[in-house]
Amino acid sequence: MENTIVKAENYNSYFGDNHVVKDVNISIHKNEVIAVMGPSGCGKTTFLRGINRMHELIPGATSKGKILLDGENVYDMNAIYVRAKIGMVFQRPNPFPNLSIYENVVAGYLLNGIKLSKADKDAIVEKSLTSAALWKEVKDSLHKKGTFLSGGQQQRLCIARAIAMQPELILFDEPTSALDPISTSSVEALFHELKANYTLIIVTHNMQQAARVSDRTAFFYMGELVEFDDTKQMFTAPRDQRTQNYITGRFS
Amino acid sequence: MEPKLGIRNVKSMIFKGVIIFFAFLITVPLIIVLLYIIKQGITQVNWSFLTHVPAPTGEKGGGIANALLGSFIMVMMASVVAVPVGILAGIYLSENPGTKLAYYSGLCVDILQGVPSIVVGIVVYFWVVKPLGGFSAIAGSIALAIMMLPIIIRSTEQTLKLLPDSLKEAALSLGVPYHRVIIKVIIPCGFAGILSGITLSIARIIGETAPLLFTALGNNFLTMKITGPMDSLPHVIFSYATSPYDDWHDLAWGASFILLMFVLTLNIVTKLLTRKWKIQL
Repeated sequence: MENTIVKAENYNSYFGDNHVVKDVNISIHKNEVIAVMGPSGCGKTTFLRGINRMHELIPGATSKGKILLDGENVYDMNAIYVRAKIGMVFQRPNPFPNLSIYENVVAGYLLNGIKLSKADKDAIVEKSLTSAALWKEVKDSLHKKGTFLSGGQQQRLCIARAIAMQPELILFDEPTSALDPISTSSVEALFHELKANYTLIIVTHNMQQAARVSDRTAFFYMGELVEFDDTKQMFTAPRDQRTQNYITGRFS
Repeated sequence: MEPKLGIRNVKSMIFKGVIIFFAFLITVPLIIVLLYIIKQGITQVNWSFLTHVPAPTGEKGGGIANALLGSFIMVMMASVVAVPVGILAGIYLSENPGTKLAYYSGLCVDILQGVPSIVVGIVVYFWVVKPLGGFSAIAGSIALAIMMLPIIIRSTEQTLKLLPDSLKEAALSLGVPYHRVIIKVIIPCGFAGILSGITLSIARIIGETAPLLFTALGNNFLTMKITGPMDSLPHVIFSYATSPYDDWHDLAWGASFILLMFVLTLNIVTKLLTRKWKIQL
């Protein structure tokens, strides 16, 4: 399908002998916001990290099956190229402490040794920070260290850093779990705006967040993709008993 | 039961008093040594002392210019070898903690740290001095480099281990290749710690006499020839202090004072720099 950006085909992940993600088949469309939810240890983060091949960086971690990005299997591509093409935002804000806000935004270029003119860099920094709804707050302190910002600002800086690389797809690994409620809502508000230009996959253990921000939701349980459906449908009339149990709070 | 609060408080106070006393006590020897060396040495130090070589027996005056230059050259040569090797080995140890190689090389580093400096001197004597056919500054530098290595390796390893994994992941997720992650992110973030390891190792070797006795030997003349014998501060102290002349003893005090001041300054500068360059995670 032309509209599909990411497609997993019989995708499996392992930590040593531990089978963490089991035979996942999923197809994600362009400009969708996908929430991936499930109880702790259900494999949702591992699945996410399989998409941009961060999973294999952990010693003993392996995977099987295909993840197609625009029709091409990421496991046939160079891992470094895959990671540069797909943006990622982590659980805890992790701006580079040795770089300024400005340098953090263009870190993907700086650290890769890609030379850009000052004008290009300025343009990327302004555009990315504007997209991450941070420009107004930091435009006068671009050359201060990124670690002086608040947690929510740091997380938006990390989003700007991902956006700066012009990815089509951005992965979020529980992006608000280390943030206070106000910072959380600032990041959530951003998801709606980013949707216009990017595809977002957001792992969250917070059901309300999944319901608030996503178009479609995937529910993982014990490493399986139990249900994948429109978010409204899933939260009002889940088809699977396990999903029903999870969203009604019988287990967490 | 009524707790005996009075007795408990007294016990706590006695305990507190004891630890304060010992914390104070350990500063006493250091202060005494410092004051004594300053008192004995400071009167010897003047421009001529710093710019002249030792005077022949029986003549007045004489200085330590040869030793200052020699120590400088040998420490520099040792650093040129030990700093890059030590940092690279330290990176490996911090990046691959579970591996067999890391275990055994870590063990070797610990053992190397415990090897008496005179043993390092003997080994270098048999490996370098004998085959090359004579004492030389090169041999001295090799001995000093061997002594610097474990300090630099361990401090690099400890510093980098404290950096969170999330930092590395941030860079990797941007498609940055591993070697650039290390060079552009990990090393700059741990720079203050690595630097303090380097200066610490310099402070440690600058005062080493034993490994230089069989290697660089000593030299009463100003020389920059690294293939020949060279003098050093600790060696000049040794030879002045073991001489039978009173005025040479005074020169030994002067040289001790210079060495002490150098080490103190190095420590203070390191503290200031690491505070200034420390990266807030």
